[in-house]
Amino acid sequence: MDFQEKLLASHIAFEEEIDLTDPIHQVRIDSLKTFEVKGFPTRKDEAWKYTSLNTLIRKDYELFPKAEKSIDLQKVKKYFLYEIDTYKVVFIDGVYSPFLSNTTHDGLDVCLMSAALTKAKYKDLINTYFNKIANQEDSLTSLNTSYTREGAYVYIPKGTVAEKPIEIIHFSTGEEKSLWLQPRNLIVVDQNAQVQIIERHQSLKEHDVVTNSVTEIYAHQDALLDYYKIQNDLTSAALIDNTYISQDRNSNVKVHTFSLGGKLIRNNLNFHHKGEHCDSTLKGITILEDKQHVDHFTLVDHSQPNCESHQDYKGVYAGESKGIFNGKIFVDRLAQKTNAFQQNNNILLDDKATVNTKPQLEIFADDVKCSHGCTVGQLDNDTLFYLRSRGIPEKEAKALMTYAFANNVLESVEIPILKKRINLLIAKKLGVNLGLGL
Amino acid sequence: MITIENLHAQVEGKKILNGIDLDVKSGEVHAIMGPNGSGKSTLSSVIAGHHDYEVTEGTMLLEGEDLSEMSAEERAHKGIFLSFQYPVEIPGVSVTNFIKTAINANRKAHGLENMPANEMLKKIREKSALLEIDSRFLSRSLNEGFSGGEKKRNEIFQMAMLEPKLSILDETDSGLDIDALKIVANGVNKLRSKDNAIIVITHYQRLLEYIVPDFVHVLFDGKIVKSGTKDLALELEAKGYDWIKELV
Repeated sequence: MDFQEKLLASHIAFEEEIDLTDPIHQVRIDSLKTFEVKGFPTRKDEAWKYTSLNTLIRKDYELFPKAEKSIDLQKVKKYFLYEIDTYKVVFIDGVYSPFLSNTTHDGLDVCLMSAALTKAKYKDLINTYFNKIANQEDSLTSLNTSYTREGAYVYIPKGTVAEKPIEIIHFSTGEEKSLWLQPRNLIVVDQNAQVQIIERHQSLKEHDVVTNSVTEIYAHQDALLDYYKIQNDLTSAALIDNTYISQDRNSNVKVHTFSLGGKLIRNNLNFHHKGEHCDSTLKGITILEDKQHVDHFTLVDHSQPNCESHQDYKGVYAGESKGIFNGKIFVDRLAQKTNAFQQNNNILLDDKATVNTKPQLEIFADDVKCSHGCTVGQLDNDTLFYLRSRGIPEKEAKALMTYAFANNVLESVEIPILKKRINLLIAKKLGVNLGLGL
Repeated sequence: MITIENLHAQVEGKKILNGIDLDVKSGEVHAIMGPNGSGKSTLSSVIAGHHDYEVTEGTMLLEGEDLSEMSAEERAHKGIFLSFQYPVEIPGVSVTNFIKTAINANRKAHGLENMPANEMLKKIREKSALLEIDSRFLSRSLNEGFSGGEKKRNEIFQMAMLEPKLSILDETDSGLDIDALKIVANGVNKLRSKDNAIIVITHYQRLLEYIVPDFVHVLFDGKIVKSGTKDLALELEAKGYDWIKELV
């Protein structure tokens, strides 16, 4: 039995463990059918031309890890923003860890998907939001939906400003030899509410772990959401991140994706505008080495007039690493006065590193401003000479130039301690000695 | 300080320097003048060790030490400094962080520890005051959005910080208004001493009114065709470069 068959066959056992009367039972069944018909995407699918899941799905994975495990806080402290107070929703091998978490129902909900799915008071909410903005035709999203059980649930009520950031962290321990995780997050930011969220997936030791995650985000009128994805996992870990964002009138959503480590990462990041004057920001820093592989697949669906989107992705590729950027901007004929900008700049540090970058603009309105640009290059020769002429050795000069190139994207990070952390991570990865005063 | 003999150099197969002889002693200021395309900027790049330029013949000795096999950074460690005609912009690295990195890279090359933070700060304050640079300027990204004058002031600020033995000022006066020119020249003059030397490369005589040279050389077609005192610069200013061409 191959892994796809296993996923189909194991669903009965999965459903037996959970409450069949919960509101999404039928959704799970329907989604499994979609996955059964579509199967895993292959390189024949245009959207998966450069990324093959073959080596991942040829293996076998545990779908039901052992119940609650514990890990020593001291060992994982560094993965949290421990310097500041935060809400935390933490999972260990897919299971909620109350010990590491810091949830709340006081004025806002920072809690669990499993609670939202099973408690009567959330029923209307689940009916309104669950699996509504997610692409129901997408096979991996459908697979996630069919196994939906756990994840983070966040609700920021009307007019509420979350006074501290929320960290959603998924640890995998390696106690199971190989593990397939499917977290499902739902985030609702109601009218005029504000929140900052940080999401991270982290293996604690080398083992095969694949995470097929789906996050649905609803930003209502005048809402403000800042979302940071930290992808700095071990080289045994793979991540397929499917994020769907619905924006109402005058909302502002920023997503920063820091792809600094992992075996294979696929980011499907989708923005849909449901009202006028939406502002969407998509920024990314990708720094890879060895045989790492990152595929950014973005969609900004401009279906309403007077909205803006800003995309800025920077990539630095060393060794035999591979990067893909596919940025689709769709402008509906109704979406007049759209401003859509997209930029993807890449530096290749070694001969065997590759980048495929593809802007995809489909514009059906006539009064719009759209621009896109992509570059793939090496470090500038004159700049290198300038640095060396000041006594900075070649290797250090190249590292400093690469650091400066990537670091520029950090300017829009609104959480100072996070900015500092990412800055240090980037410097460390590129071999820039911040002790020298940077 | 530096002795250059019969220097020939090319870039991308094109010969630019055709046998330069130049001897600059400690405490001296030499001006190199010449029309556009005569090889002035190439000479400065070659002395500083730009990896795109190939020396095909001749020698360069810095205090008796052969420069030919040294990389640009090694030459910097030995005390060569080039003030660029067109300083590059590096968004994402502040002026302060850049100069700290450069200072400590030079110290490391000499087996020294990083400069203590308070000493660094004191030095930055002192040298930026010399060039009338304010502290907001220091936290900006290196040369990004700087005016021509700010870029050149920043070059001389770096010179002041690094305290080189041999400074080459490549067209430092270009893009400067008279006020900025005076500030830059005043900064350079304060850095002059009996232990260092300066080569001023310029198209016009204007800068030499403020940084007065001991010797003036005229470069034409990759060779020094005439040398003299500061009066030669005045003569060039009055007559232009055409009469030099007739000398060749």
